[in-house]
Amino acid sequence: MTAVDASLTPLQAGPAAEPFVAARAGRSPRYGAKPSMPTSVVILIIIGALFLLPIAAMVIFSFRSNQGGYTVGHYIDVFNPALEYTYDGLFVGIQNSLALCVITVAIILVLLLPVMILVELRYPKLRRVLEFVCLLPITVPTVVLVVGFIPVYSVLSQLLGSDAWTLGFAIGVIALPYAYRPIAVNLAGVDVVTLTEAARSLGAGWLPVLWRIVIPNLRRGILAACFITIAVVLGEYTIASFLGRTTFQTALVLIQHTDPYVAVIFSLLALILAFVLLLIIGRLGSIRPRSKD
Amino acid sequence: MTALASNHGAGATPRRRGARPPRRPGTGWIGLIPFSVYAILFLGIPAVLAIASGFFTSAGAFTISNFSAFGDPVILKDLVGSLGLSAASAILGAVIGALVCYAMLGMNPDGWLRTIVDSASSVLAQFGGVMLAFAFIATVGNQGLIIVIAKQLFGDSALSSPIYTVPGLTLVYLYFEIPLMVLTFMPALEALKPAWGEAVATLGGSRWTYWRQVGFPILAPAFFGCMILLFANAFSSFATAAALISQGGIWPLDIQRALTSETVVGHENEAGVIALGMIVVMVVLMSAYGVLQRRAARWGS
Repeated sequence: MTAVDASLTPLQAGPAAEPFVAARAGRSPRYGAKPSMPTSVVILIIIGALFLLPIAAMVIFSFRSNQGGYTVGHYIDVFNPALEYTYDGLFVGIQNSLALCVITVAIILVLLLPVMILVELRYPKLRRVLEFVCLLPITVPTVVLVVGFIPVYSVLSQLLGSDAWTLGFAIGVIALPYAYRPIAVNLAGVDVVTLTEAARSLGAGWLPVLWRIVIPNLRRGILAACFITIAVVLGEYTIASFLGRTTFQTALVLIQHTDPYVAVIFSLLALILAFVLLLIIGRLGSIRPRSKD
Repeated sequence: MTALASNHGAGATPRRRGARPPRRPGTGWIGLIPFSVYAILFLGIPAVLAIASGFFTSAGAFTISNFSAFGDPVILKDLVGSLGLSAASAILGAVIGALVCYAMLGMNPDGWLRTIVDSASSVLAQFGGVMLAFAFIATVGNQGLIIVIAKQLFGDSALSSPIYTVPGLTLVYLYFEIPLMVLTFMPALEALKPAWGEAVATLGGSRWTYWRQVGFPILAPAFFGCMILLFANAFSSFATAAALISQGGIWPLDIQRALTSETVVGHENEAGVIALGMIVVMVVLMSAYGVLQRRAARWGS
């Protein structure tokens, strides 16, 4: 098994190639790899439209009335107290998923982040090992891991009970590759070793060094890791479904049978939320630091 | 753990002129423990259990007879289904995704369009799962937009949706395979040096010469590497298929069936057997990916 080098998030895209002056000016370049502007635009519009079609279909579907025609009724129904019992499972699932977001982000911040900083500062030889461990969940499919999670959780539920929040440990593992990448990219771009030594030589203790030097320099990587982890938790279905816990996704699948409109409405909202989170990461990522290289 | 512990002090700062060294060299490895314990409990043990469970009967005795499952025509048919679905969605996804990357090359790499495409790709490629299935039910499902329009146009009320079958899943899978290709292949395309294009032009080559002699050969390892990654991604994905198909037909759904149904004697721990099979396929794929990735990195800098 080899370490996977796949770029997993927008943040990891390499440094951009020098933009061609000709391409920028909108004229078609006569050499090199860049396409002419019309070619680009045509390809992007066609494929973009095809990708927007299912999203548009979801929006239209969510306004479709049972009797034919269109209505905003399905959106109002969500807040209708008379129908509360119908959506009870969904709201429980959303609650559980939000709790899982907090727990999983905590796992990333409390377990993964310190070990990444420690390895960077004091055990650089272990960097490959840590990378291998963190990227392993890509090679081992979730549906395979679940086969092993079932016996682990049958023991764990005797210790901690079988509440939904315990899933956070398993989902944290699934989130490892996604959370590891942005922090690793950030660590590679900041010379934390020199920064730490400078601070230490000026008399700072380890805690102030961590809190006031290292963490602020890793802000963007940490923020990206947290957002991506939230997106992973909100989209996670496999583990919750096999372990029989109610989360946002398993509740969506259940309610899809009784009220497909509400399932589609909440899917849309979740997709938009994830998109906005990643858009923020993307904008943070494209504001590149002026230093080095 | 011993491997981790024996390495302690390797990167410790040599000078300790700080007024109060709070930690003596050699105790830092304690900081590695919490994450190691977590990784062992929730990654190591489940992975080993998943692989090992195929070697045991439900009573706990060691056996290899469970592996007769690989002779089961249903399991074999579903393996073919899984591989076919993965191959079709990987090849189509790679070609279309590469086309999108090519088009994006003409856009400002720091521009808003690029950020939007990146973020949308990331959402669709990694977090869609069940929700993508719903999107396709609303589009080409039995009551979906396109099917309803088609029924009105052709007056054929018997028209049924293809997405509830394994071959039909290819269409749905493309919706996360193409974005994954965009995410993984874009860096390789961006790494093409403008100087190479200038060199070809100086020597009198056309753009077609550039692509044939320079672009395609250099990008080939990265392209096929990404294609393998897409294959692996389709092969291991579960949620989208589970939300659309109820009767099995690919290996991830077989694991679900094996875990939720009564075990048949002689087919005990079938989930573990299929899990092992999936791991073998994934390890082969990821090794091939690693080789191609190293070849691709040759032109990196």
